Amino acid sequence: MHSAVQRANALVTIAAILLAALCTAASFLDSFNSPSVQAHVEVVKINRFKRQLDGNDEVKMTLNISMNLESIFTWNTKQVFVFLAAEYETEKNSLNQVSLWDHIVQEKERASFRVKVPTKYPLIDQGSNLRGKKIGLVLHWHVMPKSGRMIRDKMPLSYLSLPNSYTTKS
Amino acid sequence: MDCIKSFRDVKIRPALIQLLNLGILICSALVLWKGLMCMTACESPVVVVLTGSMEPGFRRGDILFLHMNKEPIRAGEIVVYNVDGRDIPIVHRVIKVHERKDTGEIDILTKGDNNPVDDISLYSGGQLWLNRHHIIGRAKGYLPYVGYLTIIMTETPMIKYALIGVMALLVMTTKE
Repeated sequence: MHSAVQRANALVTIAAILLAALCTAASFLDSFNSPSVQAHVEVVKINRFKRQLDGNDEVKMTLNISMNLESIFTWNTKQVFVFLAAEYETEKNSLNQVSLWDHIVQEKERASFRVKVPTKYPLIDQGSNLRGKKIGLVLHWHVMPKSGRMIRDKMPLSYLSLPNSYTTKS
Repeated sequence: MDCIKSFRDVKIRPALIQLLNLGILICSALVLWKGLMCMTACESPVVVVLTGSMEPGFRRGDILFLHMNKEPIRAGEIVVYNVDGRDIPIVHRVIKVHERKDTGEIDILTKGDNNPVDDISLYSGGQLWLNRHHIIGRAKGYLPYVGYLTIIMTETPMIKYALIGVMALLVMTTKE
């Protein structure tokens, strides 16, 4: 007959295979979810716009952000990391992406909200190219699962036109 | 003479077969690992999260599946990077990207979701940005808890030796 070790071995193997299959299925089912995110952002006020001592432009602002991320959530969603990035091109750089604000949503019940916040991270350029610059505000989200594949997506929201001269003395 | 012959026939052959089986087991594990390395183009396709700096997304003991490709690195991605003079790789999120127009070189700033400040203080002295060559992988998949065993084993080596001993014993004693 089968020894205790053999039985334990069979049990552990089957448990591991079943768990792996469940995780794969949960992650696979996520790909059938096609979320439609609604979001809106506006710049309430530019609080600071100056050239830092090291020569880089710095902008701090207050933002009005509203979004509805409910459709992202599935039964395999652990949390959604959402952030607003400033994206623009300069003479030297083909792409600059600077995160301005981020937030972690863990429950579907809290996935629809509106906030008025100061930028969590200042917009700091590599150099001083921001005067009169048109900057894209793009909402990115990163869906982190309970197990399986992580999903990233984004949506351009609006533009921010910075003034032609600094508003704060450095 | 006869006695010795029968002893040989019975004892040595099964032992050799047992050894061969063990060899095949170790080799297939190695093939699996190296195959994963090839497929993902990563030096270590699977990493264990060691700290709580990415909580609540990743906890200590969770594992991440990495991938490395030519695609440009963008803000929001979770990358694993190595800093000069530090041997433990760090898993954090990219929050800033500056990509040079002429060379395509890339400057990256990272931050742990659970950390109050960005990673500049973790980089080696005077370094402000990470570049492409610091990045050893991009996190694509996630499994919770699975890596906890390796954490326990590296922290208390006694358990590791005990486990290896038990497994060796099992391999020696079990019959086909």
